[in-house]
Amino acid sequence: MPTKGIVKGIISNLVIVEVDNPVSQNEIAYIDLNGNKLMAEVIKVIEKNVYVQVFENTRNLMVGASVEFTGHMLEVVLGPGLLERNLDGLQNDLDKMDGIFLKRGQYTYPLDEDKLWNFVPIAQIGEKVTAGSWLGEVDENFQPHKIMVPFVLTGEYTVKSIVSAGKYTIHKVIAVVEDEEGKETEITMVQKWPVKIPVTTYREKLRPFKLLETGVRIIDTLNPIVEGGTGFIPGAFGTGKTVLQHAISRQAEADIVVIAACGERANEVVEIFTEFPELIDPHTGRKLMERTIIVANTSNMPVAAREASVYTAMTIGEYYRAMGLKVLLMADSTSRWAQALREMSNRLEELPGPDAFPMDLSAIISNFYGRAGHVILNNGQEASITFIGTVSPAGGNLKEPVTENTKKVARCFYALEQDRADKKRYPAINPIESYSKYLEYPEFEEYVSTRISPDWIEKVNELKTRLLRGKEIAEQINILGDDGVPVDYHVIYWKSELIDFCLLQQNSFDPVDAVTPIERQKYIVDMVVEICRTEFEFDNFNQVSDYFKKMINMCIQMNYCEFHSEEFNDYRKKLDELVKSKALETVEE
Amino acid sequence: MARAFQKIYTKITQITKATCSVRATHVGYDEMAIVDGRLAQVIKIVGDEVSLQVFRGTEGIPTNAEVIFLGKAPTLKVGEQLAGRFFNAYGEPIDGGPVPEGEEREIGGPSVNPVRRDQPSELIATGIPGIDLNNTLVTGQKIPFFTDPDQPFNQVMATVALRAQADKIILGGMGMTNDDYLYFKNTFSNAGALDRIISFMNTTEDPAVERLLVPDMVLTAAEYFAVDKNEKVLVLLSDMTSYADALAIVSNRMDQIPSKDSMPGSLYSDLAKIYEKAAQFPTGGSITIIAVTTLSGGDITHAVPDNTGYITEGQLFLRRDTDVGKVIIDPFRSLSRLKQLVQGIKTREDHPQVMNAAVRLYADAANAKTKLENGFDLTEYDQRALAFAKEYSRSILAIDVNLDTTEMLDRTWRLFATYFKPEEVNVKKELVDKYWKN
Repeated sequence: MPTKGIVKGIISNLVIVEVDNPVSQNEIAYIDLNGNKLMAEVIKVIEKNVYVQVFENTRNLMVGASVEFTGHMLEVVLGPGLLERNLDGLQNDLDKMDGIFLKRGQYTYPLDEDKLWNFVPIAQIGEKVTAGSWLGEVDENFQPHKIMVPFVLTGEYTVKSIVSAGKYTIHKVIAVVEDEEGKETEITMVQKWPVKIPVTTYREKLRPFKLLETGVRIIDTLNPIVEGGTGFIPGAFGTGKTVLQHAISRQAEADIVVIAACGERANEVVEIFTEFPELIDPHTGRKLMERTIIVANTSNMPVAAREASVYTAMTIGEYYRAMGLKVLLMADSTSRWAQALREMSNRLEELPGPDAFPMDLSAIISNFYGRAGHVILNNGQEASITFIGTVSPAGGNLKEPVTENTKKVARCFYALEQDRADKKRYPAINPIESYSKYLEYPEFEEYVSTRISPDWIEKVNELKTRLLRGKEIAEQINILGDDGVPVDYHVIYWKSELIDFCLLQQNSFDPVDAVTPIERQKYIVDMVVEICRTEFEFDNFNQVSDYFKKMINMCIQMNYCEFHSEEFNDYRKKLDELVKSKALETVEE
Repeated sequence: MARAFQKIYTKITQITKATCSVRATHVGYDEMAIVDGRLAQVIKIVGDEVSLQVFRGTEGIPTNAEVIFLGKAPTLKVGEQLAGRFFNAYGEPIDGGPVPEGEEREIGGPSVNPVRRDQPSELIATGIPGIDLNNTLVTGQKIPFFTDPDQPFNQVMATVALRAQADKIILGGMGMTNDDYLYFKNTFSNAGALDRIISFMNTTEDPAVERLLVPDMVLTAAEYFAVDKNEKVLVLLSDMTSYADALAIVSNRMDQIPSKDSMPGSLYSDLAKIYEKAAQFPTGGSITIIAVTTLSGGDITHAVPDNTGYITEGQLFLRRDTDVGKVIIDPFRSLSRLKQLVQGIKTREDHPQVMNAAVRLYADAANAKTKLENGFDLTEYDQRALAFAKEYSRSILAIDVNLDTTEMLDRTWRLFATYFKPEEVNVKKELVDKYWKN
């Protein structure tokens, strides 16, 4: 008998329900509003009064409305056919909804229930299996989608029967497993999992070390993200957060990309809807949309579902990770999620923490980032979830609770800077303040020394030092004036400008410049380092800037040309001549 | 408005400056009521105690006042008859005309399903190069002017509205001065555009809390014309800072814990609900929102402009350039996020690169200016950059320039050629070869 209740109070989307039977924290309930069922989640219980946050607008709801509890927490449906879906924060399939406007109480199933999937068994009868073991696979957009023992099953099971290869729908029983007491469980291609609980069907979590190529030079070269790593991008509005996020989700070398559009602009999601089905995945040559799942809870959609949306996206990511795939999860923006928590905490009249955010914000953020990672599954396969979140700090001030708490847990920090954005130096990632902790990992150094080149880390560190030195000198020039510092200083400054213009700045709207594969990044780094190590002679500082501007212009033209095309090689030749014309001596490597 | 069997309650238990509470049953959340003859809306129900927000304020309401619940959320009657009319915040005519007939719709309706939107792709030409060249607007976009109260933002907005070739222009005034209201009315009337205008007005003379209804009224009318009639609708909202102030008043009366700058913690969601109504619909209709957010001393870190910036697709900054004595659209702080959807696609191919190059050179001039102010010698390049900046500001950025996009591009190339060498401009070589003006 499910627990029932009666509405006693309504304060916006916080509803007080009186119940007579047990309920659990975070249990899902449906409130009846003239036949529409409004989904809600229990967030506080005081004796008979249960406080639920409603995932919909509560307009016209009256005291006395009946409420039915479901006995389970917020769950997602996991099965083949999630790829290419446009879901809302509660995993409803947005394409299946009728009408232009979202209707209250309309819930749609996220999978195609009639589609026949070509199932191939992996497990044998008599095999011992546990939660997450692969029973078989179907082909989902050319990805091997594993059908697994449901994550909710605990203990060891024996495969009693499994269907032979063939076409089945998702609800067809494909295997029967038996536990140690002889109790049988039927398994279909679909399973459910509560979103707020991490899926941990893996043997161990490793320190991540494999470079995850994004094609964005300032990230891959200077502040690399790795498979299973975590990063965050804080930036005031107008600093190019979204453009950068989209670039990463388009270009990253991942098997599956889950994009959680959390409380952001609807037109940005529309951009993904419109462009991803057309764009080509640079790594597989197939349509980008085929590997993408979008969880969209835009800023005008119900606030409580915004919080759910990031968990929905993470759980879907964990499901694909359990299949041995490389998953990239992007959340834009985690600040909106934190604000949703703040709104609810405020309605619950809890004592506020800093900036009126709830006191446990720090724990919530760190638990969430902790769900990412590079793992070894129980069958020995590697898999990962890389998580990159954006943060929208109020007033662009990084000393605010969401940024500070995220900084404690994320290993890569991509600080978008207003000043760089104003100067149109995109991506506006501040090269001095940003960091990637992975550069310091010996495992990573070992990996890139074979993948790219043995002196890679050394060169990257040299570039960083030169950028810092350039910045210091720029400040001195600002104070002392152009002729207040030696001509040599101008050379050092312009070398750092060269690094900035050729390597760090990248035009994400230019078809060639937008994506730089790591081989080409190596070429640019070698070229730039070589120029930087060259000593030049100049009579005065005006000569320095004129000379370097010419050089920078050539490098930029090179970035716009196809790699090793005739035009590209031409520019390189001219550049080498230009370098030679002023060089004192070339330091050989 | 009266219904049969309408229940009348007289047991008011609590009165504050903007709200009152009454014991009542069978009341819906968000429902409208009349308290002592004034319109009010339900904002909280706990048991049989219903809290109401009284729009006109609670001055003089007695504890035994009559409270009549209307059984519905606020509504607007939509139809063709709205065109050319002026209303107050409740949707009642203030132009002396008859009450328009039409289908009654709840205001503040549901959001558009994001998969049912189209990507905005139609350019809005305003003739102002500071907008069309550097911050191109697109139908279905939402963008505010960030401006100090002393800038001529209403004039620029009226100019943009009239040149934008919209089927309907819907003006929402929130705390607008009566003078500005009359300015809009006269400008539109002189331009012979009155039949395309609909206005919902809350002036400084009206109670502040009333203006909370204005955006929803405006957007309900906008959705009628954009969705039902497939028209291109341009919505003007002035001033959203006054709207936010009214939100803060109500939240304060409700004993909510304020967040940054005494604004309610839900400010982001409250503003997003309004701005996100901007959309391009697949059937051809669109809602474009141009709003005004007044700043205090140019401070964009204040909660209102800050949250707005995260919601809207860019912002337009007005600033007086003392070097040329004109009001300009500041190229550094202004941004249109949707510009790349049309620049170089609906306009000439060189548009994106020319725009960026010009702004970069303008930034060089700003650096040179800092040097000059700090008493350093300028290089020959600095001198040229400064001369360029002055001319660029006068003939491109100023709000009184009116050109078509191709003329704007040609004019910028001429400025490049006058002050710079091709390699100083950092534009793709093939474009330089094609467009450089010798």
